[in-house]
Amino acid sequence: MQSIVIQPEFESWRDAARRLLLRGVPPYEVVWLDEPGEQGLFPTGASPRETITPPEPADRVPAAFLDLARMVSAHDDPRRWSVLYAVLWRIVRGGERHLLGMPTDRDVRLLDQWRKAVGRDLHKMHAFVRFRLVEGEEVGGREAYVAWFEPQYRIVRLASPFFQKRFTGMDWSILTPEECVHWDGESLHYTPGVPRTEAPAGDALDDLWRSYYKSIFNPARLKVRAMQAEMPKKYWKNLPEATLIRDLITGSGSRVEGMLGTEGREEKPAPKNAYLEKLAERNAGQSSPEEEGQ
Amino acid sequence: MTLQEKLEILADAAKYDASCASSGAARKDSRGSMGVGSTGGAGICHSYAPDGRCISLLKVLLTNACLYDCHYCINRRSSNVRRARFTPEEVVRLTLDFYKRNYIEGLFLSSGIIQSADHTMEQVIRVARLLREEHQFRGYIHLKTIPEASPALIEEAGRYADRISINIELPTQQGLTKLAPEKNLARTQEAMGHIRGKIEERFSEKRLPGRPKPPPFATGQSTQMLVGADDATDATILQRADTLYTGYRLRRVYYSGFSPIPEPSKLLPLAPPPLVREHRLYQADWLLRFYDFKVGEITTPEAPNLDLALDPKLAWALRHRERFPVDVNRAPRESLLRVPGLGVRNVDRILQARRYGRLRLADLLRLGLAMKKVLPFIEAADHTPIKLGLDDVKLRERFLPPAQQLELNFDPPPPSAEDDRSVRSGEL
Repeated sequence: MQSIVIQPEFESWRDAARRLLLRGVPPYEVVWLDEPGEQGLFPTGASPRETITPPEPADRVPAAFLDLARMVSAHDDPRRWSVLYAVLWRIVRGGERHLLGMPTDRDVRLLDQWRKAVGRDLHKMHAFVRFRLVEGEEVGGREAYVAWFEPQYRIVRLASPFFQKRFTGMDWSILTPEECVHWDGESLHYTPGVPRTEAPAGDALDDLWRSYYKSIFNPARLKVRAMQAEMPKKYWKNLPEATLIRDLITGSGSRVEGMLGTEGREEKPAPKNAYLEKLAERNAGQSSPEEEGQ
Repeated sequence: MTLQEKLEILADAAKYDASCASSGAARKDSRGSMGVGSTGGAGICHSYAPDGRCISLLKVLLTNACLYDCHYCINRRSSNVRRARFTPEEVVRLTLDFYKRNYIEGLFLSSGIIQSADHTMEQVIRVARLLREEHQFRGYIHLKTIPEASPALIEEAGRYADRISINIELPTQQGLTKLAPEKNLARTQEAMGHIRGKIEERFSEKRLPGRPKPPPFATGQSTQMLVGADDATDATILQRADTLYTGYRLRRVYYSGFSPIPEPSKLLPLAPPPLVREHRLYQADWLLRFYDFKVGEITTPEAPNLDLALDPKLAWALRHRERFPVDVNRAPRESLLRVPGLGVRNVDRILQARRYGRLRLADLLRLGLAMKKVLPFIEAADHTPIKLGLDDVKLRERFLPPAQQLELNFDPPPPSAEDDRSVRSGEL
């Protein structure tokens, strides 16, 4: 039995797993431990793809497994390293090349659940980050924005490329309690996490956005649970529009009653308009297309 | 009028359009530009309103002044709603400002008809052109077009937009004549046919090697049908949808349960249809598109409306008990797709898993199937549904929801399974 201490991140696990695999150490002989204390802010290899030169020809591993492992690594379940290694072992040494294609396998299902949870967290980060304009910090005509977000898992690095591609033309930072990411138009860089107080509390546009949110809501179709399934309360504290939710819900009943109690309006005759007249002529001449195309 | 007041009026005017999709666009992003914007992934819902609807786009009208008199519409000329009008520049500013704060991932722009169809289209196109050309905006743009606008203008709109749409509004000309006298079904479908041609041109030329890049054009068109404003049955609605999918290659048909508006018309029913009707139509729509069902299987001449208490696949299965049980270890894909409670994704996982051994109930549990619903209709290595009684006349009752039912999730079902990723081989 041997203990392997790694930093809680994909690259660190991958390097250790490769060494174990080359030495032929089976999964049941390994105990995986996270490095205590300062964690993973400065990964062992800055650009891991280049820094690792395997001493022997590398084992062929399905790319799908590496993608899966990269996602699963961001999860916080302490079992993830050992399950990942067990699955890797079975694929490479156990003759189960198609293991990932077996959705009924216990380990595969576990990995899949973790991947899903991380994927959902990522998707919510892409959706719910709110950038705030930092006034007076335009450098060379570029606006600068700062956002605060609290992801559930360690996904800042997984989430960053999306923001880089979408917001190339502005400078931005996303601050989180664990790790921060910054874009300056040239490259992404990462710094340690900060407290929430480091981020701006609001943006001048928030009021306009709230006006939009209020107006696009249809009180005649109240479905609070559907909203909360997709936008759980834990995110509300960082969403400027969430302050409106309560009043919109409580006010909706009387708004709908008002609509239903309003007397129907009479038709208004068509105004004099050349286009409308032409249209009326066409409509009168157009045969009924009723069953056409069916 | 302040910008905020205009926004309130013109967002309120746009909220009856159910479309919120921002997926299915061509892959593009802002790298190498001074601007912002990207499209091409799964759509992102940046917020949700308490009506459960996704907010992914800034959805506004350019103006809510309108020459038409569509009785279901808050913006019809007979309505006393307050009118407002954005300048194209104001919409551009709002879109960019909202986008940069990550409130939205694009613009959905529609307009009341002012002066003429062409004049209105020109205003709408101007917004899109400014965004794309002056500001290098690469986010999602959905433009609503008018069937009577000239084909050249529709083509120009398609050049800037990721999606364009024309609302069919009602499934029959009869309904339109009564409730939307200016609109015409044949002209709408003709315009959709034209758009279909442009979309196909875009994709077909792409495949020819050595040919110049195809002219840019939207990657899809969609439409919306109003439910419950006229007396059209679900069969009529689904038949129209089917025509639009097969004959015009629409990406999506949105069903919008007619909803009370603050400025009701005398011609409309007072009470809105139950929201669940809209939900059942979405489920039926999914069966048409992904499960190989025909309209004639989902509704029948005797029952032209969907059962509101049961989902349409389950209702079909209960009418066709002779087709069950289906053996999960042997049945072909098309039979598995007919099992109530089995979605496309789970069917594919079953097919994948059974290559490596006979499936037992424990395996199905691990796949996370809705067992209670599925069990009466399947056979597995250690399960035959005799006790559950497919012959039982009371089977229907088993599936009825509890008497007191509050909010179901009435949203359209989520998009189909993740795209199949080809398994390349990499190195550890």
